[in-house]
Parts: sequence; C-alpha cells; structure tokens
Amino acid sequence: MSFSVTEPSPKTKWFAGVMVVGYAIVTLLPLIWIIATGFKSPADAISYPPKVIFEPTLEGYVNLFTERTRATPEMLEAAGPPETWYQEIVRGQDMVISGPSRYGARFLNSVIIGFGSTALCMILGTAAAYAFSRFRVPLKDDLLFFILSTRMMPPIAVAIPIFLMFRQIGLNDTHLGMILLYTAVNLSLSVWLLKGFIDEIPIEYEEAALIDGYTRFQAFYKVVLPQAATGIASTAIFCLIFAWNEYAFAVLLTSGTAQTAPPFIPTIIGVGGKDWPAVAAGATIFLVPVMIFTILLRKHLLRGITFGAVRK
Amino acid sequence: MTTSPIDRVARATPAAAARRIRGLSDRTIAWIFVAPSIFLLLAVNIFPLIWTIRLSFTDFRVNRPNNDMEWVGLRNYQRILTDDDVWQTMQATAHFLIWTILLQVLIGFFLAFLINKKFRGNDLWTTIIVFPMMLSPAVVGNFWTFLYQPQIGLFNYVVAFFTGADPAGFSMIGDVHLAPWAIVIADTWMWTPFVMLICLAGLRSIPDSIYEAAECDRASKLRQFFTITMPMVLPFLMLAVLFRGIENFKMFDLVVQLTGGGPGNTTTLTSIDLKREAFEKWRTGYSSAYAVILFVTVFGLASIYVKALNKVKDR
Repeated sequence: MSFSVTEPSPKTKWFAGVMVVGYAIVTLLPLIWIIATGFKSPADAISYPPKVIFEPTLEGYVNLFTERTRATPEMLEAAGPPETWYQEIVRGQDMVISGPSRYGARFLNSVIIGFGSTALCMILGTAAAYAFSRFRVPLKDDLLFFILSTRMMPPIAVAIPIFLMFRQIGLNDTHLGMILLYTAVNLSLSVWLLKGFIDEIPIEYEEAALIDGYTRFQAFYKVVLPQAATGIASTAIFCLIFAWNEYAFAVLLTSGTAQTAPPFIPTIIGVGGKDWPAVAAGATIFLVPVMIFTILLRKHLLRGITFGAVRK
Repeated sequence: MTTSPIDRVARATPAAAARRIRGLSDRTIAWIFVAPSIFLLLAVNIFPLIWTIRLSFTDFRVNRPNNDMEWVGLRNYQRILTDDDVWQTMQATAHFLIWTILLQVLIGFFLAFLINKKFRGNDLWTTIIVFPMMLSPAVVGNFWTFLYQPQIGLFNYVVAFFTGADPAGFSMIGDVHLAPWAIVIADTWMWTPFVMLICLAGLRSIPDSIYEAAECDRASKLRQFFTITMPMVLPFLMLAVLFRGIENFKMFDLVVQLTGGGPGNTTTLTSIDLKREAFEKWRTGYSSAYAVILFVTVFGLASIYVKALNKVKDR
C-alpha cells in the first residue's frame, strides 16, 4: 500500500470498524428477534427473562397457515392418531386443524399486486423516461419538484377521493384497482430513476443506429433497452419493494379479496392472547425476501432512495 | 455492399407497417411514450387532489350519500384551525419530526463518518445496517409492540439490564410520557441508515486532493473537519433532512401499528388524526379540508427548504 496522508491509520480503522459492527449488531437485534420468535413455542416467546437459547419448533409456522379449534380429549381420541407432522404439532396444543388460514391468500395477493404493478410501472416508466431523456419536453426542470410534490401528499389525504372514485367504478378491494394505484404511486420514482439511467447511455449509440436505418422504435428496444437493463432491473426492485411494503392504501381500500399481507399480519391473533410466534413467522416470510433484494440492490440503493438526486 | 441495413430492415418489416412506423415523427413518439404515464398520474394523483379541494368546501359524508351535499364555504377550514385537538396533533407531529430528524442526522452522520474510514468489510456492514429501512413499516411496527412489552419485551429487558430498572415497571407504549419516545426510537432505528447512506455519498464525493492540500498547509484534523468535511457534506445532509422531513410529516404506517395514536392522543400524528376523521367518523368534507391544509403546509415548508438547499449548493 502506498503512503497517503488521507489514508486513515490502522488504529483509526480498527476503532471505526468496531463501532460500526457494534451498531450493526444492535440494529439487527430486532430483526433477529423476529426470526427467532417465529421458531419459539408460545410459552418460550413470552418467557421472562427473554430466552436466547430455546428448543426450536415449527408451531408458529403451523399456526400461521392453519385455522384450529380446541378439541376435547374424546374428540381427539375419536380423530385417531395424527397423520402428518403438522397435525401432530397442533394435537400437542389439544387442538385440531379446521382448515387453512387466510395468510396464504393474503401473501399471494401481495405477490400478484406487487409484481403486477411493478410490470406495468416499468412499461409505462421506461417509455416516459426515454421520451424525457431524448426528446424536448417542455418544463423539464420544473418536473422534479412537481414529482416531489406528488410525494408530499400524505397517502391518507389522497385516499379519500380514491376511495370514492374506486367505489364508483367498482375497483374497491380488487387486484386491478390496487395494481393501478401502486403503479401511479411508483411511476414518479421509476420515471426519474430510469431517466437518470438512460441519460447515462451515450446518445451516439442511437444516432449510429438511426443512421444505419433503424427506426426510433428499433433504436429504442434494440440499443437503449439492453444498455439500460441493469437500471431497469434495479428500478423494478425498488417499485416491487414499495408495493410490497405499502400499508396505508392497502388498509383503507382493501378488506377481503385483494387485501395484502401488511394489513393482515398485525391482525393475526391466537387462541387466548396474541400468538406472537405466528405473527413473527408471518413477518419472517414476508420480510426475508426484501432483505435478499436489498443485497441485490446495494449498488443502486442510494439512487433509489433519493429519486436519483444523489448518484455515486 | 449488396445489402445495406436499410434494405434489411425494410425487408424485415411489412411494407405497410414500415411506412406507418417510419412516418411517425419524434414528436409523435414522444407523445405516445409519455401520454399513458401522464394520464395515469392525472387520474390517480391530480384528479383526486382537485376532488379533495372541492369536497373541502362541503359538508359531504361518505356514510350518508343520500343527504344533500351543502356548500359550507370556509367553515371546515375555520373549524380545523381553531380546534385544540388539531393543534395538539400538530404538536405531537412536531415533537416526532424534530427528534427523529435530530437523532437520525447525528447518528447517521457519525456512522457514515466511521464507515468512510474504509476499514475492511465496510461494504458488507453498510448493507447490513441498511436492512431496517427497506422493510415494511407496518409489519415491523407491529413487532415493535412486542419488543416494548413490559417484562417480556426485549427492549424493556435490555434497558432494565443496563439501568437496573424493573423491566415490568415501565411500558413504552402504555405510558403517556414514554409513548412519544417509543415512536421516536422505532423510527430512528428504521431510518438512520437512510441519512447514513446520503452522508456517506457526500463524504465520498470529497476529493482526496483537498485534504492533501490542507495537510500541506498544516491544517489540523479538527480544522479540516470544520472547513472541508462539514461544508462539503452539508448539501447532502440537507437533502436527507428534506426527505426525512416530508416522509415523517406524513408518517402513518409505523406509528399506527406501534401505538395506534395512544395512549390518549399523545402519539396521534396528523395522518392518524386525519384517518380517524375520514374513515372512522366519516366526516368527509371536514377531513378533505384537513388534507388540503396538511398538503399546503408540507408543500410550503418544502419549497422554502428547497430554496435554501439550492443556495447551499450554489455556494
């Protein structure tokens, strides 16, 4: 390593490393606790002092995905021996499975609405971003502030007329309604992020293609789109994460068929008190995919969270 | 040269289609590309906004659609601005805003400063620290109520462990004095990485050569910090404050799941109050006026702030 006055000394680095790792561990504690609680038995989950070492069980996950009813000893005996491992776990609580819970359906709604709105948002966003980047659009500079301003509106404030509008045209509590809504909310972010990515592609590439006889459309999808692929992918993940996490619109505009997981997870209750392991299990299944996406996104995180205002 | 690309393309596309596509001017294409997005934004953002403004001058109630809607002029606005409960809500929001921004800026900047020391593995740890802010605030907020449980909660246990207090003796979300801090702590936990990332970008944007020059001039490290680092990072820091300010002004999901606005009205932030008025009491006209006031407030504050930000950037 060459000598440099700006290179921190090994001692400084060591100190900084210890402090940051210390913070990371503290900040991760609640997340680790969620994951751990999902594998605890209800008794372990609410024990004092909080249990760090416990016997892992899938009870929380079984409770998450099933509806159970309490059974008398006679009923249990009449039902015969448990056939599967999950039935066995439920029997251990003196209960029998009466059917699947709604969690699976809610999770599926999150997947459908998340991916649906992301796909639509990327189609509309890429086209608009390309136009903003390559053609002369009036008032271009004012748009950033305009778009920031649509984000300033508290979702609850917009939710009132959207609720009325959706009810009028029958979009309340439908997948299509939520997909359109999330697409609109994400559109500003995706247009601005994508515009930044497309701006970085030298315009000469397209000019060369146009001279070679490509039409604008061909230049767009044969030259620009492949070049912008990474940008489009990371923007898509941002849109997906937003739609995945959204709560305010979901809780106000959906109640049954199209309800996503975030409004549902907090409503999970067990028999006799809140079933924290089941809640934690539901949260774990819901949160872990986002953590994985975060790792994939790490190079573009900053851009995504600042609307492309800060680029590295 | 037997086949030029033009020939190839011409042969590949049917004559009529080719003529049609070739006939499109750039302006038409720009229009086709932008129109769907503009239409959707108008339908889902602008149209509802106009509708909200219209409703705000009426006494409309969604749950009584058969009642005749009456124009009440500015009465809704007048009632909101003279309502003590609304001002209490504003105070709760101000407390939440000021403390979360202060803590997040301090911790976030310090963390970024440390990460910028480029110790081994700093990229990995940066990614790990970022996790909380990417997660669903409602789901995480719901789980924080578990961490805050008296006696069995992890948070209470850790606090008790370090201070010697009784873990069952205090309830972060049940106590009138502690609840406002409970939401500040959870929000700070969640969003400090956001400020950290932006500060880190600011720190990394400072070229080494400036420090080298300062070193040649024998400026002390402390002096370098205040005359180089701080001024260069300031625009980034202000951007972070702008984003956090707007986001926390409309904070809903995390806090509603954490405390539900309670106990009493101590953590009823404006968005939560608005939700109660609009979707529990169904005072649609009144809550529309409320929404307009909030929007104007945040828009006004933000535009003043953006002006200041631009001034700092130009300097």
